[in-house]
Amino acid sequence: MLDPRLLEILVCPVTKGPLEYDREAGELVSRKAGLAYPIRDGIPIMLPDEARVLDERTTS
Amino acid sequence: MSDMHVFDRHAVRLHRDRAAALVAGVEPILSDAASRLLDRLDDTTHRFSQALDLGGRGVVAPMLRARGIGVVSLDLSPRMAAISGGLAVVGDEERLPFAPGSFDLVVANLSLHWVNDLPGALIQLRLALRPDGLLLASLPALGTLGGLRQALTEAEAQVAGGASPRVSPFPDLRDCAALLQRAGFALPVADLDEVRLLYADPLGLLRDLRHAGEANAVAARHRTIPPRALFAAAMAQMPQQDGRVPAVLRLAMLTGWAPAETQPKPLPRGSGQVSLADALGPR
Repeated sequence: MLDPRLLEILVCPVTKGPLEYDREAGELVSRKAGLAYPIRDGIPIMLPDEARVLDERTTS
Repeated sequence: MSDMHVFDRHAVRLHRDRAAALVAGVEPILSDAASRLLDRLDDTTHRFSQALDLGGRGVVAPMLRARGIGVVSLDLSPRMAAISGGLAVVGDEERLPFAPGSFDLVVANLSLHWVNDLPGALIQLRLALRPDGLLLASLPALGTLGGLRQALTEAEAQVAGGASPRVSPFPDLRDCAALLQRAGFALPVADLDEVRLLYADPLGLLRDLRHAGEANAVAARHRTIPPRALFAAAMAQMPQQDGRVPAVLRLAMLTGWAPAETQPKPLPRGSGQVSLADALGPR
């Protein structure tokens, strides 16, 4: 679970654009960067190196 | 980001990961530096509500919370973030993941000296602050661990016939204030505080550095295991004081404000009504 106070201030470190919180996958998704940042033990890992690269269908 | 690549950020992260379980051993040193830094909050009538703690290693966030300030803690290492004591986020100071105006206070206690692009990181921190928000940062300045640096360099020259960087390069105090100004902070101040430590033996100093996650992460460092004789020779050359080994931390204490309309500003050039010569009164 991600603390709602973090949701208000976190942005994509690459684009500084908004993030979507995918509660089920436990990820913060940056559409513009095509990256999904994992949340591990409630801690968002905001490192591009560790993010999942979105495939083209989901970025559209 | 600039192309400067002095520090190996993967090594920085690894050293901090390893240090997370050991950092309690150096808590007194980190706490001392943090309280010297946070003392500056008492010099202002501002009240702060939402702080960003950069690399506080479990020391800074509790101090801020004791002052009634909400804290988000950022660290490059997940393990270090988990023990930070604030709302934890793993991230890179070189690529901050925060929206503009997220905080009214940023505290970086001994955590910006492994950053490659310090001007860039400072600009990002300024943007993460609300207008009239405060940046407080301590970083080791030139002269820190000078004895260790010299002993290692001399020993390596003797043992290996050359020297490689084994102690991180530190900025000059004068450059720190200029950096703040260049990054767009108003009312920038950099002053120097000295912390003197005494170790029973030189290995104690190296152990503390490791426990703080401060092992060498200079990108140009030698990756091979150093010759056994190197550290023995270096340790023998460390200056001693009454049989103990002194280590000096020269801490640059940086303060800067995110610009705001309400802050005092110099008058425009040429707007003075009294000539300087009259004011000084020479005849």
